[in-house]
Amino acid sequence: MVDERHSLAALTPYARSLGIEVAHWEGDVPVLKVEFSDSVQGRPGAYHGGATGGLLETAGYAALRAELLRAGRDAVMKPINITVQYLAAGKVQASHARGRVTKLGRRSANITVEAWQDDPARPIATAVMNVLMAERESAD
Amino acid sequence: MATAGNFDTRAATPFLTSRGHSGWLGLTYAQHGDDWVELELPWREDLLGEEGRKVLASGPILSLMDMASGLAIWKAMDAFQPIATLDLRVDYVRPARERASVFGRSQCYRVTRSAAFVRGLAHDGDPGDPVAHIQGVFMKIAVDGRSTGHG
Repeated sequence: MVDERHSLAALTPYARSLGIEVAHWEGDVPVLKVEFSDSVQGRPGAYHGGATGGLLETAGYAALRAELLRAGRDAVMKPINITVQYLAAGKVQASHARGRVTKLGRRSANITVEAWQDDPARPIATAVMNVLMAERESAD
Repeated sequence: MATAGNFDTRAATPFLTSRGHSGWLGLTYAQHGDDWVELELPWREDLLGEEGRKVLASGPILSLMDMASGLAIWKAMDAFQPIATLDLRVDYVRPARERASVFGRSQCYRVTRSAAFVRGLAHDGDPGDPVAHIQGVFMKIAVDGRSTGHG
């Protein structure tokens, strides 16, 4: 199990500012949560696609950070790309997201992420991300 | 404010970006053409992607491009009607410069009866040297509220 302070370090200033937090851990994987507020609202009464995407992306990075810590690695994570699929409107309630590291390579990782509200089995959005990992010493 | 059949991008953008998630990000109008819109995402300390590096996170760039795409679609349709993101892909080709605003330019290159297709880029001053490229599909939301897209 990863120490809780690591879970906080995994969240960026952007994520904390948007109100994203680590809700709990499911085994080795952090489950992230954001409460509905004006900051995440798009059209009235629904999440903005960008806010949902930000939650997914943050959950992807958090899952990768946890995986790297377990492997005893420390790296600067740089985004390569993300593809988001919007499946259902995000309603006026909290949203959760959880990432899974599908492939952990030496230089890059492939991560799949799902976001949901009431039922984890009925995601409101999914994402696939590729992330580049640079050793912290050689970071620019 | 825009009315159907005459979407005034310059006038409508401040209204549409002043509230909710776009307002929180501080998105502002930059420029537009017949089928494209460019918005500015100002650099801000609390939108950083990593402690200690003065570079905007990738999440706000996704939001910037989502919003610029929505405006580009309304401009291309010349009408303001509810739409929802179905699919959005962002390729981050390089980090933005430190303390730099990021500009998001999206073009709506095709509108069908139910969908709108967009492509675009994000840059930090020179559109010839982008920080990201995007491609996406949005769905129109039917008057009765049904839709297959939901962003």
